[in-house]
Amino acid sequence: MTSNQLMFILFSAMIVVFSILTVTTRRILRAAAFLLMVLLSTSGLYFMLNYQFMAAVQLTLYAGGIVVLIIFSILLTSHISQKFEPVELKKSIFSALAAVAGAILCILTILDYSFSATTVAAQEVNMKLIGKSLLSVDYDGYVLPFEVISILLLAAMIAAIVVAKKGGPAKTKTPTLN
Amino acid sequence: MVNFGYTIWILILPFLMFLLLGLAGHKLKPKLSGLLGTIGLGIITALSYVTAYKYFFTSEKVDEAFQKLTAFNSVWLQLTENLHIDIGILLDPISVMMLIVVTTVSFMVHIYSIGYMHGEKGFERFFAFLSLFTFSMLGLVVATNIFQMYIFWELVGVSSYLLIGFYYTKPSAVRASKKAFIVTRFADMGFLIGILILSFNTKTFDFITLTSLSGPAITQTGGAAFMGLSVLTWSMIFVYMGGVGKSAMFPFHIWLPDAMEGPTPVSALIHAATMVVAGVYLVARMFPIYSIAAPDALEVVAYVGAFSSLLAAVIACTQTDIKRVLAYSTMSQIGYMMLALGVSGYGGHDGLGYMASMFHLFTHAMFKALLFLGAGAIIHAVHSNYMTEMGGLRKYLPITHATFLIACLTIAGVPPLSGFFSKDEILTAALHHNKLLFAVEYAVAGLTAFYMFRLYFSIFWGKERHYHHTPHEAPLTMTVPLMILAVGSVFSGFIPFSKLVTSDSRPFESHIEMAVAIPSVLIGLVGIFVAYIMYSKETAIPDKLATTFKYSYKWAYNKFYIDEVYLFVTKNIIFRYISTPIAWFDRHIVDGTMNLIALVTQLVSFRIRGFQSGQLQKYGYVFVTGAIALAIIFVYLWK
Amino acid sequence: MITGIPIHYFLILATLMFFAGVYGFLTRRNLITVLMSVELILNAVNINFMAFNRYLYPHKMEGMFFSLFVIAVAASEAAVAIAIIINIYRRFSTINVEDAHEMKY
Repeated sequence: MTSNQLMFILFSAMIVVFSILTVTTRRILRAAAFLLMVLLSTSGLYFMLNYQFMAAVQLTLYAGGIVVLIIFSILLTSHISQKFEPVELKKSIFSALAAVAGAILCILTILDYSFSATTVAAQEVNMKLIGKSLLSVDYDGYVLPFEVISILLLAAMIAAIVVAKKGGPAKTKTPTLN
Repeated sequence: MVNFGYTIWILILPFLMFLLLGLAGHKLKPKLSGLLGTIGLGIITALSYVTAYKYFFTSEKVDEAFQKLTAFNSVWLQLTENLHIDIGILLDPISVMMLIVVTTVSFMVHIYSIGYMHGEKGFERFFAFLSLFTFSMLGLVVATNIFQMYIFWELVGVSSYLLIGFYYTKPSAVRASKKAFIVTRFADMGFLIGILILSFNTKTFDFITLTSLSGPAITQTGGAAFMGLSVLTWSMIFVYMGGVGKSAMFPFHIWLPDAMEGPTPVSALIHAATMVVAGVYLVARMFPIYSIAAPDALEVVAYVGAFSSLLAAVIACTQTDIKRVLAYSTMSQIGYMMLALGVSGYGGHDGLGYMASMFHLFTHAMFKALLFLGAGAIIHAVHSNYMTEMGGLRKYLPITHATFLIACLTIAGVPPLSGFFSKDEILTAALHHNKLLFAVEYAVAGLTAFYMFRLYFSIFWGKERHYHHTPHEAPLTMTVPLMILAVGSVFSGFIPFSKLVTSDSRPFESHIEMAVAIPSVLIGLVGIFVAYIMYSKETAIPDKLATTFKYSYKWAYNKFYIDEVYLFVTKNIIFRYISTPIAWFDRHIVDGTMNLIALVTQLVSFRIRGFQSGQLQKYGYVFVTGAIALAIIFVYLWK
Repeated sequence: MITGIPIHYFLILATLMFFAGVYGFLTRRNLITVLMSVELILNAVNINFMAFNRYLYPHKMEGMFFSLFVIAVAASEAAVAIAIIINIYRRFSTINVEDAHEMKY
């Protein structure tokens, strides 16, 4: 067993365990913490795959951005000490059945398929190349999706502000709690 | 060539007046709107007289005949290459004569209404409707083609409906207006069918083409036959059906007496002088076709006219509502005109009946309008329609009395008043054509004199009744038209109609035939004398007669139960055995099917809306399991 | 770095992570935890893209860039979703997904 195999087993074990904990824990802040662990392990996998830039993005954007955002919204909407009621048994069993069935199906399909190993020499992915590709209009360039994503981000930013702004138009109806 | 282009203003002006009074009338002072309407109509009247003068005395004649002139024409609907509907103005002797009649009577009625309708609610509305009616009637008169005539024909029907129902808060007026509209509408359906058959066979709507002696209607007679009569004859009978409805001939006469619910000036204008003679005018307009190509249809015209005139005269003798008496008298006189057309031939002296009919139309318009306006003045004075509540009024209403007497003498045919001349011509024409019809008309002449003087004596002579207040003479605006119309009634008999309005537009010599004139005057005098004996003083004779002929009196008094027959037919037969099952079918089968579909849809949707629970996770669950199921199917089962 | 690790391992790992997310999506009642589950699912997909890129087409960068864009979309999605959640909380005083069913029927 080589060291990278050992690393992979470590990361994948962390991912599987913390994923399951994320969706089963009854304390919401813990769920967020477990999610953070999952995201960190994922970024470790990216390092293993030799995509340092993506690993960095994963760390800053997911672990640094989204998780912080989620924790803030948890603080805004929930009591930290609050525990969820346990999920209905029927619901959890059926959901687990569906999830397990789907997982088994996918895994069987994956194992069934023999991926042909490639012999092409790997390309060195460095920051310079990524930057050039993102702004290139050539065959391998990604300037169009890049621009589209920038517009999407702008739109999302405006939308988030507009939606979360206080004093929206519809306040006439009394809140219904049922 | 005389230019008649300006005649389009005869149509445009009353329409503008209608728009002005109808849209802005409530903003004007009532008096001003009445004045405006009257002045507008005065201008139109002047234009009509100028047109008549120019047409009869300065326009060119070809071969001594007055020409049919198209003063204005614009294609309105181009249906095919040849078939198109135009709007235009056709000038020929009868349309010019009708222009005079319509504008004169309408002008008189306008002046009269200023006094009569004074202080009524809806004064300006009344004048707006009068303008609308005048516009429609003039459009009908000058129509260049049968379709334009039909359009204006319906328009006069509408304005008649609006004016009969003028007192729309009075249930009887509303009923009467509905009755008039539905009955005439029913007859107009025949008119439309006639138009369609006729234009289908001749490929034209145009009057000039239709009535020219070498036109398709006259030269292409024969063709397909149905029940022994040619298609053309049938179409002409259907066209005449429209005329029967509008002119209140039997069997469509039932609306006319009820139409007297409208204001009296309206009765004078629409239901005595102008609109009700539209049927006569229609037959006269199509006369060459009737006379040459469809003599069977013309026979129908004659017999319907004769029967209606007799029926109406008998009913008129028993009625007590003075306006109803006059209404039946109108029907009777129009029957005269129809009969005259029916017994007429085409061209030269054979066309005596045609000339007589137009002549009688003209004189009748004068004296019947006068009678109605006089009746209006009487009603205005005593606030009652019933002659049983009147008597001895000659002292209180001198002008009305004098003019009413003139009108009664005129209609009774006393020489040298105008009625004598026109009635004499009609009787002469009938004598030459058909002895039976002559006998009927001769009897009707006597009856006419009788019932008119019955009316006259009961109103102005007889015992004085108790009135709410002393009756007083009407204001000047009402008496002046009376006097003008009286002058017209007296002197219009001297107009040489045989020189101006004839069947083939060529003048011919006519003279008074003493063999007809003397007996007809005599029977008129007899009628007057009988009426004098019975009604000039309070006597027991009328009651005694009524008890002697109890049943016939009752029949006549109840208008021979024709209304009841119609009511029975519609209510007990059509409504009960046709409409009720149809209504049941509609309500239960048609509606039921729709309701069932709606109910099933509602039930099903009520059930399936449960799927839309709004529970996001249920949706997600269904989606995930569905995706997995599909994956299983496509990966493992679908090899 | 990946010698001795077959591609299947990465794919199976991603599958487990994905279905953990699906399970969370189906059972969690708190909207924020539902959002976390969605993030898990997106992450699993990203791992797949990266693995395919490295193992099968190492001379290209499509998989990597696709993941990059997915991360960008996920970020904007999280921002908007949290704005919506806060708005719902303001209106209904709850962020229970079962209570937010105003748009049913």
